[in-house]
Amino acid sequence: MADGDFETNLASAIKKYIAPDATMENLVRLTAGASQETWSFDAVTGDSSQGLILRRPPRGVPESPERAEKQQAEVRVLKIAYDNGVLCPEILFEAHPEDDLGVGFVMDRIEGETMGPRINRDDQYAEMRKNLAYQCGVAAATIHAIPIEKVSFLETISPQQNLDKLWETYQKNFEEPSPVFEAAFSFLKDRIPTNGRTTFVHGDFRHGNLMYGTDGLRSVLDWEIVHIGDPMEDLSWICVNSWRFGGIDLPVGGFGQREDLFAGYEAESGIKVDPSQVRYWEVYGSLRWGVTCRGMAFTHLDGHDRSVERAAIGRRSSECEADLMILLGEAV
Amino acid sequence: MRTDRPSVDELLEAVEEFLRDHAMPALPGHLSFHARVAANVVGITRREIAQSDQIEADQLQRLVGILKHEGSLKDLNRELSEKIRSGDIKWDDPVLMDHNQKFAIEELGVDNPRYSAFKKAMEEGA
Repeated sequence: MADGDFETNLASAIKKYIAPDATMENLVRLTAGASQETWSFDAVTGDSSQGLILRRPPRGVPESPERAEKQQAEVRVLKIAYDNGVLCPEILFEAHPEDDLGVGFVMDRIEGETMGPRINRDDQYAEMRKNLAYQCGVAAATIHAIPIEKVSFLETISPQQNLDKLWETYQKNFEEPSPVFEAAFSFLKDRIPTNGRTTFVHGDFRHGNLMYGTDGLRSVLDWEIVHIGDPMEDLSWICVNSWRFGGIDLPVGGFGQREDLFAGYEAESGIKVDPSQVRYWEVYGSLRWGVTCRGMAFTHLDGHDRSVERAAIGRRSSECEADLMILLGEAV
Repeated sequence: MRTDRPSVDELLEAVEEFLRDHAMPALPGHLSFHARVAANVVGITRREIAQSDQIEADQLQRLVGILKHEGSLKDLNRELSEKIRSGDIKWDDPVLMDHNQKFAIEELGVDNPRYSAFKKAMEEGA
């Protein structure tokens, strides 16, 4: 499919799904990622202009049937989340085969900032930062309120299964064991939450996937690893030191306090947060990122995707070792 | 081993400076980012060369102390990990906690001494 055709096809799709007299302007590709294409453009009708985003696999062709299924699930989940009042983009249409765009979907473009360091430090966000941890708690509660019967097509991952999966990845990716990761696994093994709730879980609720403006949290992005599981996973993932960008003494994303995050969560959900469960998931989170970093290096090491960035990320697992020792030290 | 200059460290320093001061500003967004990462990777390499003898000696000494017998660093590290896994050594055993705290800081000191947890450990240790 030539790029020229792509533009023409997208412009036709906009007329078909948005408005018959809409024209397409300012088409730019936002990511050159190997896994997903993201295009930004405006649909202009008369004097009004609507900012839109197209997401699709490279050239619209899914890598595998599993990837295609994953994208379908992501679209379904986003629609359900939007209808349940979660701060997220609205999906306006999905491309059909006759549109010749491949497998893709078009959503609302929400403007804002996703770069953690800017959110944590820029003066323009100083005022909204005060209330941000609370807002993130509210947003997480809204996500967890999505009725699980509406998303029953998603995988259910119990805390035990979560830990087993991580152990498997660790076994695969570490030729030499890390005594710190071993200690963290041992800590977690004895504390697997058994009386937690089971809800819809976002799975990647952290800086980078949260979009903010000067008015606060605007949108929750990246719905690729959603599942059904323990909701406390989300509340602690945003507290993992890897996403605090230097703000180590402000546990929520390097900008806020846990108490405020929990207060927002409790106000929205009416459910009290048990800090010891969040602690479990925070240790789990640092371990997860440490093990994941090493795995990411193997996409370079095994020749799948050679890149200095992939190689370097393997060494970031020692950041998580240090974070884990702080967490384990506090738990003694 | 050569004793003449430029030393390995001085050569790597030259590469690091080239990447950071010349390649990074001249390259477009994505490549500039990769040049920054490459400069960081050279930094890791330099620190590892400079520090690994001392780190390995310290780790070996601690492991011999914990396991009460001699061995290679690799073997003793595996044995320690086995013992944590089996529960013979508890995660909160003060001797293990001490070793792990030092181990984490040693590794991080090579990989990324600018990371917040490293700075915090240095402030608290000082």
